[in-house]
Amino acid sequence: MSAIATVDCDVLVVGAGPAGLAAAGAAARAGAGVVVLDDNAGPGGQIWRGAGAGVAAPDARAAAPWLDALEHPRVQPLAGARLFAQPAPGLALAETPAGPLAVRHVRAVLCPGARELFLPFPGWTLPGVAGAGGLSALVKSGTPVAGQRVVVAGSGPLLFAVARELKRHGARVLLIAEQAPRGRVARFAAGLWRWPAKLADALAHRAALAGVPYRTGSWPVEALGGEALAAVRVSDGRRVREIPCDRLACGFGLVPNAEPARLFGCAIAAGGAVATGARQETSVPGVFAAGEAAGIAGLEAALAEGAIAGLAAAGAGEIPAGPRRARERARAFGAAIARAFALRDDLRALARPETVVCRCEDVTRGALADQPGWRAAKLHTRCGMGPCQGRVCGPAAEFLFGWGAESVRPPAFPVRLESLAAAGEVPPGGTEGP
Amino acid sequence: MSGSPSPDALVVGAGIVGAACAWELARAGVRVSVLEAGLPGGGATAAGMGHVVVLDDNEPEFRLAKLSHELWSALAPELPAGAEFTRPGTLWVAADGEELDAAARRAAAYDSRGVAAELLDARQLAEAEPELRDGLAGGLLVRDDAVVYPPCVVPWLLDGARRAGAQVDAGRRVAAIEGRAVRCADGGRREAAWVVLATGAWAPELVPGLPVRRRKGHLVVTDRYPGFVRHQLVELGYLKSAHGTGSESVAFNVQPRPSGQLLVGSSRQLGVDDDAIDHRLLSRMLRRALEYLPGLARRHALRAWTGFRAATPDGQPLIGPWPGHDGLLLATGHEGLGITTAFGTAWLVADMVLGRPSPLPREPYLPARLAGSAP
Amino acid sequence: MSARVTLSVDGRAVAVAAGASVAAAIEAAGVAVFRHSVTGTARAPLCGMGICQECRVTIDGEPHRLACQTACAEGMRVETAAAGGSRGVGR
Ligand SMILES: Cc1cc2nc3c(=O)[nH]c(=O)nc-3n(C[C@H](O)[C@H](O)[C@H](O)COP(=O)(O)OP(=O)(O)OC[C@H]3O[C@@H](n4cnc5c(N)ncnc54)[C@H](O)[C@@H]3O)c2cc1C
Ligand SMILES: Cc1cc2nc3c(=O)[nH]c(=O)nc-3n(C[C@H](O)[C@H](O)[C@H](O)COP(=O)(O)OP(=O)(O)OC[C@H]3O[C@@H](n4cnc5c(N)ncnc54)[C@H](O)[C@@H]3O)c2cc1C
Ligand code: FES
Repeated sequence: MSAIATVDCDVLVVGAGPAGLAAAGAAARAGAGVVVLDDNAGPGGQIWRGAGAGVAAPDARAAAPWLDALEHPRVQPLAGARLFAQPAPGLALAETPAGPLAVRHVRAVLCPGARELFLPFPGWTLPGVAGAGGLSALVKSGTPVAGQRVVVAGSGPLLFAVARELKRHGARVLLIAEQAPRGRVARFAAGLWRWPAKLADALAHRAALAGVPYRTGSWPVEALGGEALAAVRVSDGRRVREIPCDRLACGFGLVPNAEPARLFGCAIAAGGAVATGARQETSVPGVFAAGEAAGIAGLEAALAEGAIAGLAAAGAGEIPAGPRRARERARAFGAAIARAFALRDDLRALARPETVVCRCEDVTRGALADQPGWRAAKLHTRCGMGPCQGRVCGPAAEFLFGWGAESVRPPAFPVRLESLAAAGEVPPGGTEGP
Repeated sequence: MSGSPSPDALVVGAGIVGAACAWELARAGVRVSVLEAGLPGGGATAAGMGHVVVLDDNEPEFRLAKLSHELWSALAPELPAGAEFTRPGTLWVAADGEELDAAARRAAAYDSRGVAAELLDARQLAEAEPELRDGLAGGLLVRDDAVVYPPCVVPWLLDGARRAGAQVDAGRRVAAIEGRAVRCADGGRREAAWVVLATGAWAPELVPGLPVRRRKGHLVVTDRYPGFVRHQLVELGYLKSAHGTGSESVAFNVQPRPSGQLLVGSSRQLGVDDDAIDHRLLSRMLRRALEYLPGLARRHALRAWTGFRAATPDGQPLIGPWPGHDGLLLATGHEGLGITTAFGTAWLVADMVLGRPSPLPREPYLPARLAGSAP
Repeated sequence: MSARVTLSVDGRAVAVAAGASVAAAIEAAGVAVFRHSVTGTARAPLCGMGICQECRVTIDGEPHRLACQTACAEGMRVETAAAGGSRGVGR
């Protein structure tokens, strides 16, 4: 057996989105040697996906100073590398296209971001139905939408960013359907002056989306089509309208990607985010978390938390007031979003007994109805037993049935057997506690 | 809980063994209560491979496995679809001439006792399983060996028991066995003529001094690759691993699921109580599998987990009374074969409760043989 | 921006911008159905970010690879459900 590729560093950063980039830059400037792992082909995370690759470079200007962190001589970025196991403290295993890679580190900053919350409704498995951020991510990676009719639906300010991105790529956005009621959204908008950058974003979105109807108190109830999407039915609670379209981009908010932190043994806070303290430290010494994995609060929070975590992981004593203040402001914004865009109960009734909840194993809502909990559902119906490892149906089942998730075991993502076999063959380096 | 009339038998633990006992007893007319601390079928039964295999390392093991296999086969048509009962057969793989000689002896032994088995030479082995590496000597094919998905068998058995009048209490932990009664963790107490202890690897918690140790195992399941292998593939050295007394071993053992997924095993480890993945041992186990099936290297592992087998000093289960404990019947110690032998075990337990004769000698399984031996 | 790579999707040549994902190339080739689910229903990307596993296709002979997170490379061979499924995808 050939030896496994191994790299050593002071600080391992998982995720090259805004939080990870900020962490890497701060740690490197403070003198630490940094390795940044990201499972995408290029850096940028969700919002700046492709900003460096030239496929789509909308936010390239905003992203550029942060992407510069990867040019720092003490930073080694590793693209296409997905963390899947932590065989021992100070040792992380990633899978890369070239094979497994071991990263020995002293401290770690976990910035794996968030994923969308997908809720099952009839037809949601049809090709043509994707996440809201999901379709935006696909488009940023080159998926063509020019000339296509798209309905954007779900919840949260992300819907505007998505609609704008789609429009920029030539899609005809027919409608933005926001499930939150008008009053709550209006109050949220009226309070935006407290976050001038967000207000500016909102105004820019509005200008860019002139002519695109935005309907609050509206949500998709069914996607129609044979082998692919033909139309979507949207309800406002009184009336259902059928809208012929080529794509539906639908997401109901974000769920922290807490799995890497669970793999490292970190405590999880109520609501599913990684529990962190003032220095972004987790419950495990030497392990920090930043960005949306540590709480859904958007770009500015991710940047501020990343900077703090990077400094802390590099051993800096004092955390400057600037990022601390920015973090508080941004988190207040996150809390305002959570209040304004809380999900309505109607959404629990969308899935019919025959509607698939677990897309990997095609387990229907009806099959789950009699199960006492998540573990029983997994064992008896195979729900959550497929390759997404319950990342899609788990949060959906939590919303529908109130079931809690289980602990995370390696491999945290599906990996080649040869990668998993490698996980036990790297000697842990000479690591120390913090 | 108090005040109700005593059932005739309390079954403690609803893994495959407890569920089979409850089912068999209830159908035989015994009034049964099942007490299960967690999710029925959620213990070793959920962690196992579900290989229904007629092992023949020694006579008692063979007899119980063969009887149980017949019982499984008889039930097969009634099992729910989720039980995924299929008969891929077992292909014991011989790496060299020495193993092939051993396979030939086993083939003859199986044959003489009514188990269909045939010897394959190197070419036939390669035809039967093209993904196996080159250079293997041959194999022993036991055609009727089956595989099941045990977690879906347990609720089915419990439903059957309920229909025959049994009462099933899931989420009720037994804190102590007190003669012909049990005390539950929630304070309740239940009495019965018989207490059947079927708590698998946890049995010593309720009967201190029981010679049962936990033997930890790892398994990995892959994404779907239908047709990648067709039989349950096991290296002939497996028996050495399964019955060895060493503290740690691995063996090549791969099972095709009806879904097209592959279960990859197996490891054995004594003296470890925590259920975390042990990457060092997992690596050894997977390397062993890759030696036999090189094409597995780029198949995707979806999940890995561990489970605890209930190991006894002589490798035979504990079925029957435990000296000094009136009214207690043990049904544990099935090590890596409890899915297979659950029904034979249940049959023997029912015979004992009902005072019936048994279709096979009970002595090799009677716990008294080990009374006084250290756990 | 102008650099392009050529790969094959279900045997047909497709040219896409360098840096584009395999998912993008599949749609550019006019293929809407990436895979079939375990009960045989049509599926295509959902999350776009490596979570949902709905975009799994066979890439250079390796089944179950994520189209959304794999960048196109010159000469790559991609097979979707239409090509009879990647070996083993679906039923
Ligand atoms: C699909 C999607 C699209 C979005 N689009 C926008 C948008 O257009 N505009 C906007 O303002 N906000 C968008 N958001 C919100 C966005 O999450 C935040 O604005 C911000 O990007 C969060 O930064 P982050 O660094 O915390 O996480 P992210 O930007 O999500 O970065 C996390 C990175 O870690 C990687 N990663 C995760 N797990 C692993 C692992 N195990 N191994 C290696 N790498 C890993 C991810 O692939 C990702 O690149 C989107 C969110 C989602 C889920
Ligand atoms: C990795 C692995 C692979 C295996 N592969 C195979 C195979 O291929 N073929 C095969 O035949 N066998 C196999 N086995 C062995 C098989 O899984 C076991 O022998 C079998 O499941 C034992 O069943 P059981 O009912 O005795 O134990 P369990 O399934 O462990 O059931 C015991 C039950 O008792 C409950 N319990 C414990 N304490 C209490 C209490 N105080 N009060 C109430 N309830 C309690 C538990 O919650 C549990 O549900 C394998 C085992 C492992 C670990
Ligand atoms: S689209 Fe979800 S993993 Fe690729």
